[in-house]
Amino acid sequence: MARITAGVGSSHIPLLGVAVDQGKTGDDYFGPIFKGYEWTKAWEKSEKPDVVVLVYNDHASAFDANIIPTFAIGCGERYKPADEGWGPRPVPDVEGHTDLAWHIAQSLILDDFDMTIINEMDVDHGLTVPLSMMFGTPDKWPVKVIPLAVNVVTYPVPSGNRCWALGEAIARAVESFPEDLNVQVWGTGGMSHQLQGPRAGLLNRKWDNHFMDLLVGDSQEARAIPHIEYLRETGSEGIEIVMWLIMRGALGTKTRLLHRHYHIPCSNTAVGHMVLEPTT
Amino acid sequence: MKQDIHEYLAAFEDIPGTRVYTAARARQGYWLNQFAMSLMKAANRDRWKADERAYLDQWQLTDAQKQAVLDRDYNRMLDLGGNIYFLSKIFSTDGIPFAEACSTMTDMTFPEYRQMMLDGGRSPEGNRSIKGGY
Repeated sequence: MARITAGVGSSHIPLLGVAVDQGKTGDDYFGPIFKGYEWTKAWEKSEKPDVVVLVYNDHASAFDANIIPTFAIGCGERYKPADEGWGPRPVPDVEGHTDLAWHIAQSLILDDFDMTIINEMDVDHGLTVPLSMMFGTPDKWPVKVIPLAVNVVTYPVPSGNRCWALGEAIARAVESFPEDLNVQVWGTGGMSHQLQGPRAGLLNRKWDNHFMDLLVGDSQEARAIPHIEYLRETGSEGIEIVMWLIMRGALGTKTRLLHRHYHIPCSNTAVGHMVLEPTT
Repeated sequence: MKQDIHEYLAAFEDIPGTRVYTAARARQGYWLNQFAMSLMKAANRDRWKADERAYLDQWQLTDAQKQAVLDRDYNRMLDLGGNIYFLSKIFSTDGIPFAEACSTMTDMTFPEYRQMMLDGGRSPEGNRSIKGGY
């Protein structure tokens, strides 16, 4: 049977992709950030997951203002890196896992999550930057990826509780897939940042770290955080971090922390990531 | 768990210096955002760069929205229903980094803004609530 072996929460800041693509990961500005990911890169190399369910948000790349799915799952065979206005990132195409993706999509719908299904789309930095952070610059990504796109742009976005419950339903779906697969769930986005208006540049080290604390162990507190708290404390774009709760929900009742890193700043944003495994 | 939609939306107006991208803003800014989105295609970028005004006139933007775009007045674009992820296609086409574009929405120059970020970013202290002042 397929099994969820670990969860990763990580920022997906576009400038990190630029740093990788331009070979700047060792300089004074980016060095401390990429150093923080070294442990995780080595861990991914030894874990060798078969599939990653990669929760992210599209930044006006595959979806325009016309159709706004709250939760959408990619069931296609492959996805190309999007042209976000300066040409596509020079990274490999992302290979899907069509069988597992369709299995999850069908299971979620029967489990009362009315998913939007995507067959073809391009994937932007929200999806490709975490792959670069975990796997570096291979000729081919070492995992198959099931993109799970969440609307965190147009309000109301889904509640933290709903995200957590979706994660729980993803876990049930994965566990009922007959093939023996090592599956990770990644929740991406954040951490604190605001990219608009006179309050642009807001960062909140204390809140971000408290949020990460809440994802370790058996606390369910994070699922009740209201949107207004994310907005006030972590900036208008900090709401992305609600997607980490899908990852946390997928890990079951209790987690153990394997690695955690936090750094300020990367461009306009606080960059953080954590690696968790389910435990009993 | 269900929240009252009126209370939910009203709270957003209490955040200093922030326009939360609500359905009302999404409706107002629909064509502004769709215009910006069109700049993801290289051929459209070329047409836009050749004659900004003529390119804008092909979209159903209000005159105020068109002027805000031509002026690169991002706060004004936000007020008129723009969303920053869509608007980012405009400054990307201009070759301006995200942080520099952000600085134009604040009361700081780009070097001042960059220094603030290096120093730990803007503090949430006093920036969470207009009414509460905390």
